[in-house]
Amino acid sequence: MSTNSTTNATHGEEHGHEHVHDLRDDYGSKLGMWLFLFTELILFGGLFLLYMAYRYQYFPEFQLSAKSLKIWMGGLNTIILLTSSLTMVLSIVALQRRKIKASIYWLITTIVFAFGFLVVKYFEWSDKFAHGIFPGGEELALKSQGEKVFYGLYFTMTGLHGLHVIIGMIILGFILVFIVKGKVSPDRFALIENGGLYWHLVDLIWIFLFPLFYLLH
Amino acid sequence: MSDSTVNTSGDYVNFYQYKGKHSGILGWLLSVDHKRIGLLYLGSMVLFFLVGMTLGFFMRLEMWNPGQDVMGPQTYNALFTLHGIIMIFLVIIPGIPAGFGNFFLPIQIGAEDVSFPRLNLFSWYLYTIGGLLAVASLFLSGGPIDTGWTFYAPYSLRTGTEVIMPLMAAFILGFSSILTGVNFVTTVHRLRAPGMTFFKMPLFIWSLYSTAWIQIIGTPIIGITILLVVVERMFGVGLFDPAMGGDPILFQHLFWIYSHPAVYIMILPAMGVVSEIIPTFARKTIFGYGAIAVSSIAIAFVGTLVWGHHMFTSGMSDESRWVYSFLTFIVALPSGVKIFNWVATMYKGSIKAETPFLYVMAFIFLFSIGGLTGLVLGSLATDVHLHDTYFVVAHFHYVMFGGTIFIFFAALHYWFPKMFGKMYNTKIANIALAIMVVGFNMLYFTFFILGYLGMPRRYYDYLPEFQGMHQFATVGSWVLIAGILLMFINLFLGLKNGKKSGNNPWGGMTLEWTVPSPPPLLNFKKIPTVKYGPYEYEHYDEVTKNVN
Repeated sequence: MSTNSTTNATHGEEHGHEHVHDLRDDYGSKLGMWLFLFTELILFGGLFLLYMAYRYQYFPEFQLSAKSLKIWMGGLNTIILLTSSLTMVLSIVALQRRKIKASIYWLITTIVFAFGFLVVKYFEWSDKFAHGIFPGGEELALKSQGEKVFYGLYFTMTGLHGLHVIIGMIILGFILVFIVKGKVSPDRFALIENGGLYWHLVDLIWIFLFPLFYLLH
Repeated sequence: MSDSTVNTSGDYVNFYQYKGKHSGILGWLLSVDHKRIGLLYLGSMVLFFLVGMTLGFFMRLEMWNPGQDVMGPQTYNALFTLHGIIMIFLVIIPGIPAGFGNFFLPIQIGAEDVSFPRLNLFSWYLYTIGGLLAVASLFLSGGPIDTGWTFYAPYSLRTGTEVIMPLMAAFILGFSSILTGVNFVTTVHRLRAPGMTFFKMPLFIWSLYSTAWIQIIGTPIIGITILLVVVERMFGVGLFDPAMGGDPILFQHLFWIYSHPAVYIMILPAMGVVSEIIPTFARKTIFGYGAIAVSSIAIAFVGTLVWGHHMFTSGMSDESRWVYSFLTFIVALPSGVKIFNWVATMYKGSIKAETPFLYVMAFIFLFSIGGLTGLVLGSLATDVHLHDTYFVVAHFHYVMFGGTIFIFFAALHYWFPKMFGKMYNTKIANIALAIMVVGFNMLYFTFFILGYLGMPRRYYDYLPEFQGMHQFATVGSWVLIAGILLMFINLFLGLKNGKKSGNNPWGGMTLEWTVPSPPPLLNFKKIPTVKYGPYEYEHYDEVTKNVN
């Protein structure tokens, strides 16, 4: 671990350009990404903790409210995200096998799936909004405290997850540009792998959110 | 270390003189060199420290007489909140790791830079943006935040002052902290010089490594907590507001799950610096290297389990109270291991009582008082009496100020010659330290007595019988500030026209003392191969033969 086995270290003093620290460490960048993903998991972990505490406190209300969510919409989104994880992997593998066009194609597919997820989410949320169920909404104000907490958690957690989907789309978009420009290439694919790791995290968190909100009655 | 490490002829280019793509101020603001970024951090921290100190000064002035002196209660609330936010989030938490850690971590492990230099610069920008947002929130329409730095719900959800902006500032600062932690862990794992095994790393690196793990594990939780308060205020979601079914105690849990480990983010790097300074000035291998290294990890681990001791009086079950009390006592073990090892290192050492060493002596004295009074607060029965009194204020100022900030100053004096290649006036530095210690104890020891007698914290007014002690403490604050200003002026004069310090003025043995002062751009001419542990003074001549 202590030697830079995968690096080609060169000293900046020997050549004129600015970059101070000119070694490439693919293993290191992946390690950094894993550590960062770990912090993301803990970020959501705080919310899962709240969910657990409030579910314990307001068990009947949570059961009742969960039944009002449309399982088929959540299920559709689960399928969309799981498939997008597959297309993400296909994109990485294609790049490693030097099929750059296929890689770009699969990456675009992934981004389209991500967008599809957001579209479903949009219809789902606006359906709830239309019934006055949103934080501060008149219908929700009449409901019991436990239901208010349930919907509070629902909107916060799926909202934060949706935000991560958007961030993921931006990251994948950048990677797409880098592949086209040749900055991410069959010989230098650490970035797309890290982007893929991030996308799998987004998928993974949804796989926890889906049963918590839609399936547990 | 290798023969070619140092160019003794003096024609090397140090990192100040190095001409990169950008020059002037942009050469700093766009630099990805860890040394420049470290100095950027240090510069901004000193500025924020002076701001926070000024706020504290005005709070003390208000306490001169009972009743209103120089400000009303609302202003006083805003002052102690900002004093807390600035000192904790902008100075103490990032202080040693982001400032000195950035500068010295790569050099001490024999690397050219950290693993992610651009991310490093990005962290500094996040830090600066967070700091500016916090200060800017003072001038927004709602008026400065008045919740205290703990942002307790439901008050933080209901107060009319500007809460969202300082919270976003804290969130951004937390993000900066996480990125620094990720960077340091990766750097320690990937970029150690050949031969530098984990147990040959300097103890400062061990402390930064443990700290980085707490940053990675703890910070996201405060991130989500802060975000929830923001969401709650902006959209009316009711997760912590009891009126809407939420539970404010859960806020306290989530807050302290991070914020208690954060005090170890504050103190562990300081302990690492102490472990560097003592062997250097005792000219002796540190006693119990392994024990000190492992105790850092132990503190980091146990420290994440003790948050509940902040909530003994908030309404928890009795079981959780005594469990948290017990766990709190356990943290004293690894901390005690460190103190005893430091003292044992000095035993039969050949001690040079230079300024950094004297700072460490002051630290051991003050920190021990802080630590022992921590046990008083960690015990259930005494805590119920002392909770939210000046006793608590005294305790955490002894730990954070007497601990972390004093060692921040010690590190400033220890590494000053390495960072700038110049020396300050050591006599004045020692006098400044003496003044600070006197002022510090006048100010904060009085707080212990005030708190014991029942003076509650955060009050801008008090009963007349406390007046004498409040005035004594206020005079102490003036003495303390005089000492601090003298110290900064002395360092500034040293920076301007101090005489050349040489490469190894203290006779240190870690890698940073084997490179020229100030170091060249990539730290080493050739990456050194490490043969000995960091403090094995029997190999001193071999390790440092190319210096001076």
